[in-house]
Amino acid sequence: MTTETPLTKHINLAQPLAMADYVDVGGYQSVKKAVLQMSASEVMAVVKDSGLKGRGGAGFPTAMKWSFVPDFEPQDPRYSEDKYLICNADEMEPGTFKDRWLLEGVPHQLIESMIIASYAIGANKAFIFLRGEYHLAARRLQTAIDEAYAHGYLGSNIQQSDYQLDLYLHTSAGRYICGEETALINALEGQRANPRAKPPFPQVSGLFGKPTIVNNVETLSNLPHIINQGPSWFKALSNNQDAGTKIYGASGRVQRPGLWELPMGITVRELLFKHAGGMQPGLNLKGFLPGGASTDFLTADHLDLVMGYDEVSQAGSRLGTGGIIVLDDHNCPVGMVLNLLKFFAQESCGFCTPCRDGTAWVVETLTRIEQGQGTKQDLDSLHKLCDFMWLGKTHCALAPGAVEPLQSALKYFHDDFEQHIDKHCCPYHGHH
Amino acid sequence: MSLATQLPRTGEGNIEINQLSYRDYLSMDEIDAIEHEVSIMGKRHAAGIEALKLVQKNRGWISDDSLYAIAELLQMTVSQLEGIATFYNLIYRQPVGRYVIHVCDSISCYLTGYQAVSEAIKAQLGIGYGQTTEDGMFTLLTNACLGSCDKAPAMMIGEDHFEHLTPQSARDILQQLQQERGKKPETTQK
Ligand SMILES: Cc1cc2nc3c(=O)[nH]c(=O)nc-3n(C[C@H](O)[C@H](O)[C@H](O)COP(=O)(O)O)c2cc1C
Ligand code: SF4
Ligand code: FES
Repeated sequence: MTTETPLTKHINLAQPLAMADYVDVGGYQSVKKAVLQMSASEVMAVVKDSGLKGRGGAGFPTAMKWSFVPDFEPQDPRYSEDKYLICNADEMEPGTFKDRWLLEGVPHQLIESMIIASYAIGANKAFIFLRGEYHLAARRLQTAIDEAYAHGYLGSNIQQSDYQLDLYLHTSAGRYICGEETALINALEGQRANPRAKPPFPQVSGLFGKPTIVNNVETLSNLPHIINQGPSWFKALSNNQDAGTKIYGASGRVQRPGLWELPMGITVRELLFKHAGGMQPGLNLKGFLPGGASTDFLTADHLDLVMGYDEVSQAGSRLGTGGIIVLDDHNCPVGMVLNLLKFFAQESCGFCTPCRDGTAWVVETLTRIEQGQGTKQDLDSLHKLCDFMWLGKTHCALAPGAVEPLQSALKYFHDDFEQHIDKHCCPYHGHH
Repeated sequence: MSLATQLPRTGEGNIEINQLSYRDYLSMDEIDAIEHEVSIMGKRHAAGIEALKLVQKNRGWISDDSLYAIAELLQMTVSQLEGIATFYNLIYRQPVGRYVIHVCDSISCYLTGYQAVSEAIKAQLGIGYGQTTEDGMFTLLTNACLGSCDKAPAMMIGEDHFEHLTPQSARDILQQLQQERGKKPETTQK
């Protein structure tokens, strides 16, 4: 079986394809097809049929999200109001580095994709919200945007159609919370990036109170291929009920950390042992986070798990971003969870008490345990804190995301926590 | 025109701000670039973050004077802009060195030996996190995941990313930059 890699086929990290070369390999075909031959609702229908789900972490069906953008009748005064598309390129979830590959390696593909998405939802203005640290991506994207304007793919009358789109690059000034879509919208409006209350959802009231769609880089990058090759082709790419390919990643002490575009729904074993080459010599797999820092730990018992949205959820975690972070048996699980929670405590926007205080308490408690000064009561309070910060109790999903690695570590690595407490030291210390 | 103003701040004594009109303080290029951002967003205050980044790129950091000038240009209150400036970790509200070093302290770097690299950097520079070397060359900060998790440990110096770090390679990178000391001391990095 030959595996197709539509998203990454034309990636060149040393020097991404310039406009002419990108067009030579079929780039921007989908734009011509969409704006000249298809109506917006036809584009929407094709994307719906393709079964594309969001690759930003939550796996929400893309066309369904788009369908919430109000479709006003021409006589409605709101008909001519602005709508916006925003590409979420804030990638900052520790252990996640897939979007960077697409941004640096094939920037034109993202622009092509954003034209398709904007056309489908009726937006005439689009933004790429790029994290501030991705300097190389910023330069390459800006070059590509300028080229797209020069070649009539952006601006007014795109490819002689009557469709107009302006696309801007916004580089952020830091903070993980900017990746949360409503916080991102506040940041783009020039405000502090505290998340907004939902509802109203951004699809109805987003940037400057106007209908706004926020989609992840990888999600969007699928669109040209879906338009060109059709929904059945896209569905057939995957090994499971989730359509398409996925850019999976692996980091930690495996032989070959990296990124691979693979059929959606491959197994953890295939990913970690075939592609990542297994563990480094002398190390064994102790556990892993399947999709970034805010997903629950799984263990060596889950190697045959299929990396699809439903499958990973049924195993008690989330597919998240598909970037596996591997814990080996020489790294301390308590130390790992402490590192993760320090990140969440630092990146909490401070808006709501369970998250602002809860993450800080967890860090303090885990530090005590890691240093051999923890007690059994500390374990009880960690369990309580997990409950205190869980879904529905906080203003956004950052705090529940912080709970995921913690609650699952308490479950799977219970013995390690106990040993720290009983022996009054970290049993891994000196084992690196 | 400088109207040195004494602003009382609770608990901190007085600070002096040379409150200029933004026209006397910001360069024409800065004003033009900020106005361009305003024209994209359609609302003046929406350009606040871009404006802070633009001015910081030219001047290294955001001084109180810069804050006042940008706030005036964007017709927002200084406290509103300060609330934004202090929210984002890549806006520096204190003077920084010519090279700002951001060492990734997130999970994949942690699992692959960031601590040893971090200790080597601190020893080489003789400073801790949040500090600037006395010669004004280096400021040392941490950063959340830099997106180099498969090439961890990683750090960013200015706009350059360094990957697969070892204590030795980190020392070498810094030594190379230290050798430039004295060549162009006052300029901030592009
Ligand atoms: C704290 C937090 C951080 C997030 N960071 C990102 C991010 O960096 N990139 C991203 O695409 N989505 C991120 N998300 C998810 C977004 O809120 C949103 O669901 C996503 O951009 C939707 O895109 P999709 O439908 O294409 O998946 C984050 C969510 C939370 C709660
Ligand atoms: S959960 Fe945390 S990040 Fe989200 S709004 Fe509350 S304090 Fe802010
Ligand atoms: S965790 Fe350090 S680069 Fe991602």
